[in-house]
Amino acid sequence: MKITNKRIVIIGAGPAGLAAAIALYERGERDIVMLEREAAPGGILRQCIHDGFGLTRFGESLSGPEYAERFIEKAKQLNIEIITNATVIELNEDKTVTAATPNGLLVFKAQAVILSMGCRERTRGALAIPGRRPAGVYTAGVAQAYINLKNTMVGKEAVILGSGDIGMIMARRLTLEGAKVKGVYEIQSYPSGLPRNVEQCLNDYGIPLYLSHTVTKINGEKRLESIVVSEVDDKMRPIEGTEQEITCDTLILSVGLIPENELTRMAGAEIDPLTSGAVVDERLQTSVPGVFAAGNVLHVHDLVDFVSLEAEGLADAVIESLNGTLENAEIPVTGDGVIQLIPQRITGKKDVTFALRPRRPGRNGMLKVMQGEQVLAKKKLPKALPAEMEQITVKADKFVSSEPVKVVLSFE
Amino acid sequence: MVCNCDVLVVGAGVVGCAVARELARYKLNVAVAEKNNDLFGGTSARNSGVLHAGFNNTPGTLMAKLCVEGNAGFDKVAEELDIPLKRTGKIVVGFDEEDRKRLIALKEQGEKNGVPGLSMIDHDEVKKLAPCVEGEFALFSASTAILDPFQYVLALAENAVKNGVEFFFSHPVTAIEKLSGEEANWSVTFGEDTMRCRWIVNAAGLFADKISDMLGKTGYTIYPCRGEYFILDKRLGDMLPLPAYPVPNIRTGGLGIHLTPTSDGNVLIGPSTEYIDDRGDYSATRKTMDMLVEDGSRIFPHIRREHYIRNFSGIRPKLTGPDKGGYNDFVIEPLENAVNLVGIESPGLTASVPIARMVVNMIGEKEKLVENPDFDPIRRRFATFHDKDTQTRAEMIEKDPNYGEIICRCETITKAEILNAIRGPLGAKTVTGVKYRCRSTMGRCQGGYCQTRITEMLMSELGLTREEVLYAQEGSNMFTGRVIDDEDNQ
Repeated sequence: MKITNKRIVIIGAGPAGLAAAIALYERGERDIVMLEREAAPGGILRQCIHDGFGLTRFGESLSGPEYAERFIEKAKQLNIEIITNATVIELNEDKTVTAATPNGLLVFKAQAVILSMGCRERTRGALAIPGRRPAGVYTAGVAQAYINLKNTMVGKEAVILGSGDIGMIMARRLTLEGAKVKGVYEIQSYPSGLPRNVEQCLNDYGIPLYLSHTVTKINGEKRLESIVVSEVDDKMRPIEGTEQEITCDTLILSVGLIPENELTRMAGAEIDPLTSGAVVDERLQTSVPGVFAAGNVLHVHDLVDFVSLEAEGLADAVIESLNGTLENAEIPVTGDGVIQLIPQRITGKKDVTFALRPRRPGRNGMLKVMQGEQVLAKKKLPKALPAEMEQITVKADKFVSSEPVKVVLSFE
Repeated sequence: MVCNCDVLVVGAGVVGCAVARELARYKLNVAVAEKNNDLFGGTSARNSGVLHAGFNNTPGTLMAKLCVEGNAGFDKVAEELDIPLKRTGKIVVGFDEEDRKRLIALKEQGEKNGVPGLSMIDHDEVKKLAPCVEGEFALFSASTAILDPFQYVLALAENAVKNGVEFFFSHPVTAIEKLSGEEANWSVTFGEDTMRCRWIVNAAGLFADKISDMLGKTGYTIYPCRGEYFILDKRLGDMLPLPAYPVPNIRTGGLGIHLTPTSDGNVLIGPSTEYIDDRGDYSATRKTMDMLVEDGSRIFPHIRREHYIRNFSGIRPKLTGPDKGGYNDFVIEPLENAVNLVGIESPGLTASVPIARMVVNMIGEKEKLVENPDFDPIRRRFATFHDKDTQTRAEMIEKDPNYGEIICRCETITKAEILNAIRGPLGAKTVTGVKYRCRSTMGRCQGGYCQTRITEMLMSELGLTREEVLYAQEGSNMFTGRVIDDEDNQ
């Protein structure tokens, strides 16, 4: 087996991988290869033909493919090697990366590996929705791929379970293509996607959003015939007697995204059960030295702009790692009232930007970073929403000791 | 008229396919009629995938005898057909003195049945065999094994085809007429089509009572008894090296909620035992799902929501109704120019080959069967990619670049394997057909990555339009058409 030595191997040429590659090139790195399983780079953005991407990063509203194209063009200009149709099937702790391609098996021995594989959708099986198994039940991303990439219409009369962003975007998309969307049902008492999508995808099209509801049965032996929805109590358990049957031929599930960390586990990196992504320090290095992670593989982001920014941010650390000057992070970070907290470990010697989401929606929130009783930084969150990622930065000189750090969100 | 044949087997489940393959050893013209559009439509594809030892069955019954025979002979079958079989052994765990008494009784029953390798083991030995399984003591059965039921059914059918058997899918039997004074003894109607044959083997599983009625043997009633399962993530696979069962409740007619590793490394919890009215109702229900996790956690307290991959249910074709429970013996009986197989529930998968041999013998008693000198018992599975080492993988891609294209990311299934599933003997025509043959979409993303690719391959390989693509059975159409009519303008 021929083994190719590489300074940097990037797994996945979606928004995170592309941004990381360009940032590394701009800092002088030349020996970089990106491995992409699809036939073209761009990741999930390829199928996101709606606009709203890039407002933070570029100050303008772009479609997904347009946003991706900016990075792809740049990578091409810089001659960064992207191997497409290359699925990484093995990643070892010693940073050996094996990819299957139709042109042969590729094996790289890397000095640094960047994990940027993105995330996948939660499925009907993961939710254990009762009922039969007819055709017509799709996750939102799969339906989106069929409609936007494969010119294939999935149904005529749809119900959406889950008010995740893709679910709401698909409610609009299906409506625009002539399907009847009968409603979006959300198990939580608040929308799980962004407020702007509730406005632009549902309200603007008269699609009703039912909160505190879930699908409790799927009917239809062959093609989906109807679903049963029920109200849920405050513990999100269906309330008996509230069942309502809705005829439809299509059920779209937008019930959460899960970072895709099969390779991360294979490399032996520690996984945070709270993010389902790798445990990282503030430089985005995982528990395996020289292996870094950024983007939705690490924690699910609300906006792609932050994916790009996060991935660009790890370039310096990768170079320090290659030079052997990257410091170890020993100080653990925990959260209270927050979810999806990144990083989980810090050195205490660098500026740290914590990323997180509020556990629950609330008004007049106060976000604090503490070390013992000491408040290192605080930030007001007038309107905290789990759909929106929040960030808070602590300057290096604020860290007073090597005591554990706590990120706390409380409401008045 | 579709064709004339010597023997028509009704039902392409594991028993029907085994019967067809055994009959192919002789100079007989054999056809299999299946009401579904593919294999895998019934009980044979919806079970625990366990090769039973035979200690659960009443001594002296066909169930006991054929189960023990089937188990003992299965290594040869697995080798001939190239299907995964793992002799894991199995434990039936107990917690109190009542359990111990019943396990000892089970052991004695098994020994009467001729089951080899049964022993009572203590807590330490339980923990040594299965560190993550709870149990104060257990009955250990060395001969119990796990197998891939889909591959087994497929291999039997493929090998039958190789030896001249013809399969007719989407052929539900609607009427059977007895002929007299003709060469053929039967005329069988399938909606529009008819077929004439000399022999009929009723291997209709859940519908065996209906076929039996049509053959003139009335009086049987199949009571559909549903068993629901959870499929759990492969991450748990290492924690469960062998099937772990509770002490069975004789009354319910099931073996109790057990934990079974699949031959591919997932874990199954199930099955429940629930008599239902509709023989086609493969639903999962909230109540049972909750019960499965609760009961399963008693012997395997490691089940978390994040491990859920999928639910499914299978339906047992029982001859005992809800008021009686328990088991009736297999009915394997010669009729005039027919063999009747009724109530072939668990351990039917284990006993499939011995049942098929009995069918052959019953026909052989009525007419001289001439061996088919060309019969070839060997079937080879199309080479899989996921289980090979790096060097072998590299060679596979070099020979066939389609092995270098991973279609199903979770299970590492390549384009070569999916093309083979579609192009192979009795090739897949639907998404689930591809799934059962090569495991694509069976992983934790449940087709999120590969389903769009598989439907595209089905369309191009079979020349289907979007509107014709099926998820599973007839009528399970996946798409309503194009989004934009003019594809050039996309």
